[in-house]
Amino acid sequence: MTKLAIKPSLKNDLIHLTLAEARRGLEDKKFSAVELTKAYLDSMEEHRHLNAYILETPEQALEEAKECDARLAKGEGRPLEGIPLAMKDLFCTKGIQTTAASHILEGFIPPYESTISDNLKKAGTITLGKTNLDEFAMGSANITSYFGNVISPWKRADGKDLTPGGSSGGTAAAVAGGLAVAGTATDTGGSIRQPAAFTGLVGLKPTYGRCSRWGTVAFASSLDQAGTITRDVRDSALMLKAMAGHDPKDATSAHVEVPDFAKALELGVKGLKVGIPKEYHLDDMPEDILNLWEQGKKWLVEAGAELVDISLPHTKYSLPTYYVLAPAEASSNLARYDGVRYGLRVPGKTLDELYENTRSEGFGVEVQRRIMIGTYVLSAGYYDAYYLKAQKVRRLVTQDFELAYQKVDVILTPTTPSAAFALDEKPTDPVVMYLNDVLTVPANLAGLPAISVPAGFSKEGLPLGLQLIGPAFDENVLFRTARALEEAAQFKSFLRGYAS
Amino acid sequence: MSLDQDTVKRIARLARLKLSEERIKPMQEDLNRILHFIDQLNEVETGNVEAIAGVNMPIMPMREDKVTDGDKVQDILQNAPEVACNMFVVPKVVE
Repeated sequence: MTKLAIKPSLKNDLIHLTLAEARRGLEDKKFSAVELTKAYLDSMEEHRHLNAYILETPEQALEEAKECDARLAKGEGRPLEGIPLAMKDLFCTKGIQTTAASHILEGFIPPYESTISDNLKKAGTITLGKTNLDEFAMGSANITSYFGNVISPWKRADGKDLTPGGSSGGTAAAVAGGLAVAGTATDTGGSIRQPAAFTGLVGLKPTYGRCSRWGTVAFASSLDQAGTITRDVRDSALMLKAMAGHDPKDATSAHVEVPDFAKALELGVKGLKVGIPKEYHLDDMPEDILNLWEQGKKWLVEAGAELVDISLPHTKYSLPTYYVLAPAEASSNLARYDGVRYGLRVPGKTLDELYENTRSEGFGVEVQRRIMIGTYVLSAGYYDAYYLKAQKVRRLVTQDFELAYQKVDVILTPTTPSAAFALDEKPTDPVVMYLNDVLTVPANLAGLPAISVPAGFSKEGLPLGLQLIGPAFDENVLFRTARALEEAAQFKSFLRGYAS
Repeated sequence: MSLDQDTVKRIARLARLKLSEERIKPMQEDLNRILHFIDQLNEVETGNVEAIAGVNMPIMPMREDKVTDGDKVQDILQNAPEVACNMFVVPKVVE
């Protein structure tokens, strides 16, 4: 790779910019897309120990940057022209390896482009590489990737390596650490919001159906949704505008208008009714999380919103429901990995033996565990007791929200029950790990949009996030409210608060 | 509900996963922990509740019944581990 030719001070500034600031700089010819891209490629090389990327694509990135500069020179810049992005390695990218962080897909070169990455490309973005994740997006700490753990750029006083969260841990580490301006991510049970909260970033999971799932490696199809991890709320609005929209290739993508989300940022929260669900107050919730929640309520009241106590009575059952439905859908979706049409093949004497050898060697432990649970809850004799039961409770969880939105405009909760933990403190009991998602999973079950905003610090000085959950297809209310929280919190990001 | 080791082996077989002997017990323990957690759902009264498969699902849109894609043999085969005569190769399944 060519070394950076620009001055170090400029480079340092470049990797601190938000997407909106970078766009302005490009339009004003303060720097070129090639310079911006080189600054990031250099930073990626310097920070390889974070293991944020499974694959870096510097040559393509520079090619794309040159094309962007040509358009900018002609005054034909598209909405996100020249912005270098991190692409979660769950989005199929034509001609570029896509692995879902699994051995079973190692070396897979998609012959087509996912709608999300295609939409972003058409908006003018540059792809720096494919970011690491939990295998098939199954995990909450980015420790199940075949390509190794991702390390957060944040450190605790004891200096231990911390998890960036998961499953979108690679994108979170990249955006937090200055290895991409912004990034794509996916959220099935909290995989955007939890890593964003752990790394001091804004994480948006749009409404189910807002973004096309075509070309995104499937985990649990009724829950999966693509979204963004960005340095501020405005960037999230700009990214979503480019990504969203109906796609004839995904029958579950909705025929709804895509508003200019950034306009909502200016609306403020005066008169908004903000619901505070009592069930999100967990028994063993640490004091710093409770304090943050209190602070968030105060900020919104000071900005003119009104708090309303609400009840979402089935909250407690969201996580057990999720751990029936998500593994069930996963076991079905992952049946396609058979060693015949693509990906890893481990030979066997019979076809069945080939399947079993391939899948046992190709899938990691957590993925196999979920396939087993999913297969069990769908098997004859247990389908009604588990799968059908969970589908019924899912309706009750969804109805709780519908009733709540008759009284309130948006709901405020903490994003996670704790701050990031050290990689060597990971729980050995899978259920304890699953509890990371206890506050984020309900929005997935109900298909609602939700956003995590960095709002404060834990007692160890690590970032914490507040979550906002909105009614279906009302991302605007999230952006308005998130902007108010952001303004009040004045959160110091990793790059601006520490590295500089 | 608690799974015995024979059931674990049967599910592994259904899922086409090969579990070596030493992996059966840890898998059994993990699955039982997860199932114990899931069993909380039995507390919820769901007598008259209709199951849902998803949310925000529009009525499946109709489209014209015509071919919109095709002639992609090379695209389809390019990632296959073993190919012959434009076909995927697998171990012999009929004698």
